[in-house]
Amino acid sequence: MALTRDDVKRAARLARIAIDEREADEVLGQLGRIFGMIEEMQAVDVSGVEPMSHAQDVTLRLRDDVVTEADQHELFQGIAPKVENGLYLVPKVIE
Amino acid sequence: MHRQTLKSLSDALEAGKVSSVELTGVFLKRIAERNAVYNCFVSIDEERSLAQAGEADRARAAGRAQALTGIPIAQKDIFCAKGWLTTCGSKMLSNFVSPYDAHVVQRLNEAGAVTIGKTNMDEFAMGSSNETSWYGPVRNPWNTDTVPGGSSGGSAAAVASRLAPAATGTDTGGSIRQPAALNGICGLKPTYGVCSRYGMIAFASSLDQAGPMARSAEDMALMLNAMAGYDPRDSTSLDRPAEDYTRNLARPLKGLRIGLPKEFFAEGVQPDVAKAVDEAIREYKALGCEVVEVALPNMRLSVPVYYVLAPAEASSNLARFDGARYGYRTPEYRDLEEMYEKTRAEGFGAEVKRRILIGTYVLSHGYYDAYYIRAQKLRRLIAQDFTAAFEKCDVIMGPTSPSTAFRLGEKAADPLQMYLSDIYTIAVNLAGLPGMSIPCGFDSQGLPVGLQVIGNYFREAQMLNVGHQYQLATDWHTRAPADIQT
Repeated sequence: MALTRDDVKRAARLARIAIDEREADEVLGQLGRIFGMIEEMQAVDVSGVEPMSHAQDVTLRLRDDVVTEADQHELFQGIAPKVENGLYLVPKVIE
Repeated sequence: MHRQTLKSLSDALEAGKVSSVELTGVFLKRIAERNAVYNCFVSIDEERSLAQAGEADRARAAGRAQALTGIPIAQKDIFCAKGWLTTCGSKMLSNFVSPYDAHVVQRLNEAGAVTIGKTNMDEFAMGSSNETSWYGPVRNPWNTDTVPGGSSGGSAAAVASRLAPAATGTDTGGSIRQPAALNGICGLKPTYGVCSRYGMIAFASSLDQAGPMARSAEDMALMLNAMAGYDPRDSTSLDRPAEDYTRNLARPLKGLRIGLPKEFFAEGVQPDVAKAVDEAIREYKALGCEVVEVALPNMRLSVPVYYVLAPAEASSNLARFDGARYGYRTPEYRDLEEMYEKTRAEGFGAEVKRRILIGTYVLSHGYYDAYYIRAQKLRRLIAQDFTAAFEKCDVIMGPTSPSTAFRLGEKAADPLQMYLSDIYTIAVNLAGLPGMSIPCGFDSQGLPVGLQVIGNYFREAQMLNVGHQYQLATDWHTRAPADIQT
């Protein structure tokens, strides 16, 4: 299936990356070739093969639900773009 | 002093011939004089490095020295290091001073190593030439018109140009091994899970693995001793007993079975590269090794599979860069959506955006089974090929990269060509196996060739033995670029 400019714009929208028409066209050309290469996967019979998500097939560990870290919010918020009263500031979402 | 290996510098420190402050000063001076040529380092903090060196000297005086105590190590800028600018080669993190240490950095600090600086890299480790860095390309010290490879190109070029005795790297699809090969140095990607990913800025979490880059197998063994170890903060870190990776170095190789996959010697490999690898295999035979043919029939699918799985994981991992809590934020925006979209459009470079878009697309509704699940199934077939091959051999060998260093700009406009330069390394990450590159010769232009050695799971000590014995019999790893001789 051929990738369209609308597919590119939709993916950019989902990924929250602003993209204009010119960029969408440029990316479309490059992604078209990359997906052409990716399509090689479709030629192989994978029936009966279990998907492999991880190299070691380990199960994720659970930890006890206890506090392990000290409060370092001042240190961490010291590098934030905008902070007030210990809160990260972003534009108003609800009018 | 800068021409010595990590091991000989360690011995000199132990013998009291030099202090860490002196040694650190030697490398800082070299960096100040030469970094402008190669662009290996993106951050230097002389005061911080010298303070760490002073501490190392005091630890030694107090009888608390280990092998790496006082040794300057370059850290790839993907590793968070407390108080250091940690940019991951991106405008997005160009103002990010890390408030904490990555586990690998913490382990090296505890071992007494001195952080000599942070090295340049492809943006978010996405690249094979170091040309995607926000800080400009790194130049290969063997020929400054060529690329150093990537993504750990700054680390590799720093070691090759003798601006650091050793460096850290990370490898998602070849990012330690390919630049090691192109710079005539050694690089090892351990088994997935051996080094903690905590504080290592995530690209594709099921593939990312940290490892050492150095001048010899012995130096890498010393580095890995410090870097490896269980860390509960990384859910995929493996809880295994500590290993001494130097323990097998001296073992003779007689009887070792080397598997040669015919897929590694098919079309597409540069003749000079094939020739150097063939000669290395001959050397191994002379050391008493046996050669067997093995097959990796699904390896040809590793590039397509990788370019589904890695972007899919990246699109998820890189969602965190939104301008809200740290890093770059666009200066002007009307609402929250626009803040996100402009921050990410301006903060990420073209290659990173390309991969986020691929990943978003293959994970989106309607395409998930055709791309993501299918790629995961093929991943299993690729891993099973290796399992079958290791029934017939102890290690697998072949070229690390199909070509030697290519010219700056040569592949920059053609992402697909760039992706194919990792054709021999990617399958190893998909399987989670350990892989290593060691220098094994030069092409007709005098550019280095790397031999790839792939081991079975957790056989790093055996691979380092395989590297060390070859390096006792040959001198490729001691060669340096012409202007480094002095």
